Amino acid sequence: MDLPPYATLGQKIWHYAFYAICGLIFLFLITPILVIAPLSFNATPYFSFTEGMLAFDGEAYSTRWYRDIFTNGMANPDRPTSWPLFWEWLWMGLSPFHTAPESFYTDTWENAQWVRAMKNSFFIGFFATLIATALGTLAAIGLSRAEMPYRGAIMSLLISPLIVPLVITAAGMFYFYSQVGLSQTYLGVILAHAALGTPFVIITVTATLVGFDKSLVRAGASMGAGPAKTFWKIQMPLILPGVVSGGLFAFITSFDEVVAVLFLAGPEHRTIPRQMYSGIREQISPTILAVATILVIISICLLVTMEMLRRRGEKLRGIKT
Amino acid sequence: MTDASYHTAPIPGSPTDARGALLAADGTPLKAKLRESMRTSRRRAFMLVLPLLLFVLASFVVPILMLLWQGVYNSTYATDMPRSAPIARAWDGTSPPTEAMAEAMVLDLRDAREAKTIGKVATRVNRELSGTRSLFTKSARRAARMEAPFLDALVDVDEDWGKVETWGAIKIAATSLTPAFYAAAVDAKYTATGDFEMRDEERQIHVSLFWKTIWVSGAVMLACLLLGYPIAYLLAHLPMRTSNLLMILVLLPFWTSLLVRTTAWIAMLQSQGVLNDIFVFLGVTGDDQRFSLIYNMTGTLIAMTHILLPFMILPIYSVMRAIPPSHVRAAKSLGATNWTAFWRVYFPATIPGIGAGGLLVFILSIGYYITPALVGGQDGQLISNFIAFHMQRSLNWSLAAALGGILLVIVLVLYWLYDRIVGIDNMKLG
Repeated sequence: MDLPPYATLGQKIWHYAFYAICGLIFLFLITPILVIAPLSFNATPYFSFTEGMLAFDGEAYSTRWYRDIFTNGMANPDRPTSWPLFWEWLWMGLSPFHTAPESFYTDTWENAQWVRAMKNSFFIGFFATLIATALGTLAAIGLSRAEMPYRGAIMSLLISPLIVPLVITAAGMFYFYSQVGLSQTYLGVILAHAALGTPFVIITVTATLVGFDKSLVRAGASMGAGPAKTFWKIQMPLILPGVVSGGLFAFITSFDEVVAVLFLAGPEHRTIPRQMYSGIREQISPTILAVATILVIISICLLVTMEMLRRRGEKLRGIKT
Repeated sequence: MTDASYHTAPIPGSPTDARGALLAADGTPLKAKLRESMRTSRRRAFMLVLPLLLFVLASFVVPILMLLWQGVYNSTYATDMPRSAPIARAWDGTSPPTEAMAEAMVLDLRDAREAKTIGKVATRVNRELSGTRSLFTKSARRAARMEAPFLDALVDVDEDWGKVETWGAIKIAATSLTPAFYAAAVDAKYTATGDFEMRDEERQIHVSLFWKTIWVSGAVMLACLLLGYPIAYLLAHLPMRTSNLLMILVLLPFWTSLLVRTTAWIAMLQSQGVLNDIFVFLGVTGDDQRFSLIYNMTGTLIAMTHILLPFMILPIYSVMRAIPPSHVRAAKSLGATNWTAFWRVYFPATIPGIGAGGLLVFILSIGYYITPALVGGQDGQLISNFIAFHMQRSLNWSLAAALGGILLVIVLVLYWLYDRIVGIDNMKLG
């Protein structure tokens, strides 16, 4: 991209104009995501920068919306908070033999809307990921074999949940699941999210298998290892980065999915995106921005994890970058 | 395996049969043995895929097929009005209503009121002819006291019972397997005589909605291309270290929740939002004349472009990385200007990436639901929002299924194109 020394004035202008255009597009991509973080510390219940915020006045900033995440919906949000009470709740609440005494923290854990949404999101996401990753990895291994019959047709069918408009998928599931008693249950949402997550697992695991050296399996077999042993000892460790990143994709799909939840879930199964959706539609408060900021931090962590997995996978398979 | 393979000379000392074909250690011909082992490995590969195949069929394909079936089959009337349905179906659709039709109707109305299914039935007929809902509920209330001749008794309640149009609507509703909903989905009307006619000008909404959805998808695709191409070019031509760093700016939005990005755009675009504040500060507009950038089509277009931009950048980028830089250099050494070298040599080589990214963006945006629902306001609603409306609010599932069926066909055609041009195997994530 370097400018040659003999570039004409026009070329120079175009060169820097190009950089400027690209800079603007990057600005377009990233500003909305960066803007929500400072806005979430707004002391007033609005979505915009106040004059105090622009003047960097400490008074204009507050963490009240982060506190609201943990208190909104509580039976009694005015109870005292302290570290000893928190440790007590953590210790007693997580132990199967005790129930924690009534305190601010038990109230939050049981009643706060966003905390419940978070619990639902992780619960549904975990099981949907488990199903999608297990079935998807097996299928990807089958699909990568040269002998697989009807490979193209089956592959397009298995990828189609990614392509079919979500509203059609969700409406179909809503109609079918309500007839078999699965609508408004956790199981219904988990099955829906698992189906939506499998294409990602197939795509990532198949991509990992492209560079997989089959003679390694044959070498294992020639030394007397059975199919199960060669799979777990040789193939699995090598494709593991692909499986994990496929699983992460499946998890983020479930964690971010709202259309199926809108159609299939009852009020007690609300996930974080579902809670945000009604938050945006009904009472638009900066609590949503606070939640959004936390989600952005989570996605940065995921991005870093994915990048590390990708590098590790390439190293394992001996691909140089 | 052709017969020619028989005639390759067997290894000396290896077992052969009378025709000289090789035998396996257990005495079976080697060819049969090979065929059997191929079959086993095919079955093994298929068994690995089978669990997921069954899962996707049960949890995804069957539900969608059952929904689509609703688009051509609605048995509400036939189930709840068992006497009048066959008579109405047998009626020719033009001759005046008969006493037999009226008698069956009155008996059915009594039962339907008893069984509390009259509301469902009335709603179903009302979809074919508005105004018949109150006709049915009103008549059902009085049906218990009606006596023969029933046709006169019905006409006494409301003279609409004497009209051919009323019975025509009943005939359409009584036919369970019907093209009426698909007709309604393309703004046509299926009549009792089995013809199709267009609806009145002001009641035609679906076709223009489909065109609007396609137009929005095309605009989003074009915007993504215009914004994504320079970025992909920059990333592909910078040294790996810098480009990996800048890639984070593309991937971070990709990994951020859809709801978060939609929320962010509300904060950016609303009338008291960041962008309008900047405009007012710069003096582009007055404080009392802020632009309305959201809760309309503009908001939908901006937010959708932002959300789908990474899907355009990534495929173009990976195609550009694979183009040897020597091609452009060769063109220039042969006397091409920068522009000619780009347009005649470089750009054609990137078309596969543009095709992949463009089709993917188009497919994803044609079914978009959440963003238009949240930032679209009135005129930013797309076809998906209508499907959801008919599923959840108006409860006209058959119409929702018909609209969904048409949308699905469009998407599947594009998917088929994508598979032909790009290949599903080449779909990449991140």
